[in-house]
Amino acid sequence: MSEEYVLQLQHIRKEYPGVVALKDVTLELKKGEILALIGENGAGKSTLIKCCSGAVIPTSGKIIVNGKEFNSMTPQLAAENGIAIIYQEFNNVKELSAAENLFLGRPIRKGIVVDKKAMEAEAAKAFEQLRIKIDPKALMKNLTVGYQQMVEIAKAIQQNAKILIMDEPSAPLTSAEVESMFMVVERLRKEGISIIYISHRLEEIYRLSDRILVMRDGEYVKTLITKDSEVQELIQLMVGRELTETYPPREDCIDKNEVMLELKNVTGNGDKDINLKLHKGEILGLGGLVGAGRTELAEMIFGAAAKQSGQMIFKGKEINPKSPREAIDLGIALVPEDRKRHGAMLGISIKNNINMPIYERNSTLSVINSKREMEIAEKYRDNMAIKTPTLNQLVKNLSGGNQQKVILGRWLAADSELIIFDEPTRGIDIGAKYEIYKLMNDLVEKEGKSILMISSEMEELMGMSDRIIVLAEGNLTGELQKDEFSQETIMAYASAANIEEG
Amino acid sequence: MKENKLAYQLKDKAIWVVFIVLVIAFTIANPRFINPNNLFTMIRQVSFYGIASIGMTFVILLGDIDLSTGTIISFVNIICAYFMVNMGMPMVVAIILTLAVSTLIGVLNGFMVSTIGIPALIATFATQTSFLGLTYIICGGLPINGFTESFKFIGQAYVWIIPVPVIIMAICFAVGSFILNKTYFGRYFYAVGGNVEAAKLSGIRVNRIKYLVFALSGFFAGLAGLVILSRTNSGMPNAGDGYEFDVITCVVLGGVSVTGGYGKMSGVVAGTFIIGALKNGMVLMNINSYVQNIIMGVVLALAVGFDCIQKRRQSN
Repeated sequence: MSEEYVLQLQHIRKEYPGVVALKDVTLELKKGEILALIGENGAGKSTLIKCCSGAVIPTSGKIIVNGKEFNSMTPQLAAENGIAIIYQEFNNVKELSAAENLFLGRPIRKGIVVDKKAMEAEAAKAFEQLRIKIDPKALMKNLTVGYQQMVEIAKAIQQNAKILIMDEPSAPLTSAEVESMFMVVERLRKEGISIIYISHRLEEIYRLSDRILVMRDGEYVKTLITKDSEVQELIQLMVGRELTETYPPREDCIDKNEVMLELKNVTGNGDKDINLKLHKGEILGLGGLVGAGRTELAEMIFGAAAKQSGQMIFKGKEINPKSPREAIDLGIALVPEDRKRHGAMLGISIKNNINMPIYERNSTLSVINSKREMEIAEKYRDNMAIKTPTLNQLVKNLSGGNQQKVILGRWLAADSELIIFDEPTRGIDIGAKYEIYKLMNDLVEKEGKSILMISSEMEELMGMSDRIIVLAEGNLTGELQKDEFSQETIMAYASAANIEEG
Repeated sequence: MKENKLAYQLKDKAIWVVFIVLVIAFTIANPRFINPNNLFTMIRQVSFYGIASIGMTFVILLGDIDLSTGTIISFVNIICAYFMVNMGMPMVVAIILTLAVSTLIGVLNGFMVSTIGIPALIATFATQTSFLGLTYIICGGLPINGFTESFKFIGQAYVWIIPVPVIIMAICFAVGSFILNKTYFGRYFYAVGGNVEAAKLSGIRVNRIKYLVFALSGFFAGLAGLVILSRTNSGMPNAGDGYEFDVITCVVLGGVSVTGGYGKMSGVVAGTFIIGALKNGMVLMNINSYVQNIIMGVVLALAVGFDCIQKRRQSN
């Protein structure tokens, strides 16, 4: 039975302190097949393939390659057993030629010197075998992303890889490049190479794969035969969890007559032609997969990145913030995703963090009004219920939830009217999450603020938003009113799959 | 968490303990060390470092470095002397002009670091070398002498029993402390040094802050240069040779983190006094000047090493 499989992952479990990343996942790969691996962000796909490469050591479970059993892999073992992984970030040296990259770390030598001629000849043969046209002498930096990827694939084949794992290979490519990558992949399959293909793009999966393995929340869900499955079913399997978390109720406080922010054909920073309207008192959810261009959109609105064209209208006036400072002074705030790197200033006090954007407003001849500084800090500590013995406490000593409250307090102190949340509850424990949600409700209900909320957590997106718009690859692909919310529809828009056809 | 705070407090105090231990040790080695005359000499010597260290503190708080301090001191020596002696400018005009020029050199550093994006180490290194060349071209390699009596006041006079340079240093430390603790610029220095990205996203215009900090570093180096000029009463093109080393040592010994974001003015005062005691004590003990160099190098490495080890412990 196991003869027909070249690679088997059996009952793989991976625990990190406090989290189980993989729970009893089993994957079987046949010789010469393309197995698609799909799932939402955080479903555990990357962790699973890292178990194959040796980058992650499973807590329990077995890895069987061509009948040989392992408890865990190492990068050397993986290579010896013919497993190669093409990551999204290529492992190449831009200043060396294609041929030199092909033989990186194991050059062909003549005595003690590197034999460039031989390497170039071998590289030419390897490229020929894949029927790709690359000059072996061309420097890597002069090749397009698509060709660089081909060099990676050629390198894997040259090293006798029989199992090729490709992590989102089409993500960085143009559509023409995707076509030629498909051709190479199909040719490899014919030559008996087995491929695990990870992608968010359902159309690609239907075109290429023989079978589809679906993962969700670190668990194995189901394996389907591609030609017998339907898009609807697939999406259902990816997102089909029970909605368990409860969200604090909110009164309808949207003022339909007052548009806080309107984007007209906004293009730039990787986004194309984005149109949206956000009303006063509304929470607008911004859904999509990682890399869909949501954070990039937020950066443009906040003045942290430049837009190329289009109009941004804030409170009825066209705006063009060139820096976060300008955006803040207009009344726009950003609560960034990476709290420790971009949000809180960990090494300074709560008091200083809260006052940071408004020091200039509360200073006379650059001397801070320290009484006012303290009052503001106390006010927002109380409003946000920040748990701390003293406002001089350094922010790094607070829990994630309290850090987030400090950042929120900062923006309220700055009189922001539009608050952009980028993954508002990432890395925050459940109890504190609920508190953050309540605070967000208060912001729109009691203070009349407007919120643009980027979230990759389906439940949060549906639980908190009044309306959801979905981005995929920098395009706005769908908009859902509250009564239309469904995980399946959002996922379909996010994968840019056409739901009517499915 | 509490341990960290305690460790920092201990570190702040520990520096004064080191100072006292040094004073006792040197006194035992040579009782002349504790003689009031010698102590005043020491504090006066130290005042040059102290004045220049204010600006350097700000620069290092941002996580940058300024290697042009010594050159600015030399340059100021020569141009101020040139303004007064060769061009016959009134003293006050010459002083104001000189401070403006030294501040502008700082602005040039700020431009290279902030607008162009050259790492501070290289940018200020370039300034160091090229302005040293300019200094020698202006004076032709020779000292400039012949100042008015009134100019001597800055470096040589006493108010009651306290030397004027020491008073200037005290004022500078007070001003530095005020900027750091009472103005929003101080808050910005800590924020930018601690986390540039978060600082930007909090609305701080980081580029402007860098300009300001390097300009201040130039200004305070210029002021130190003026005091030295008045003290020696002779414009020397090598007056500031190697000063950046001592000034940086004062600052990091005072507990300002070389990676930015942490440090206090009071610590820098202590660091400055330790360097003063060390230099003075080593001379009194007749320690060979090459050996002195070795010791100073070791002190710098120890000060930074201590900071790095503490950082690593915290992150673990």
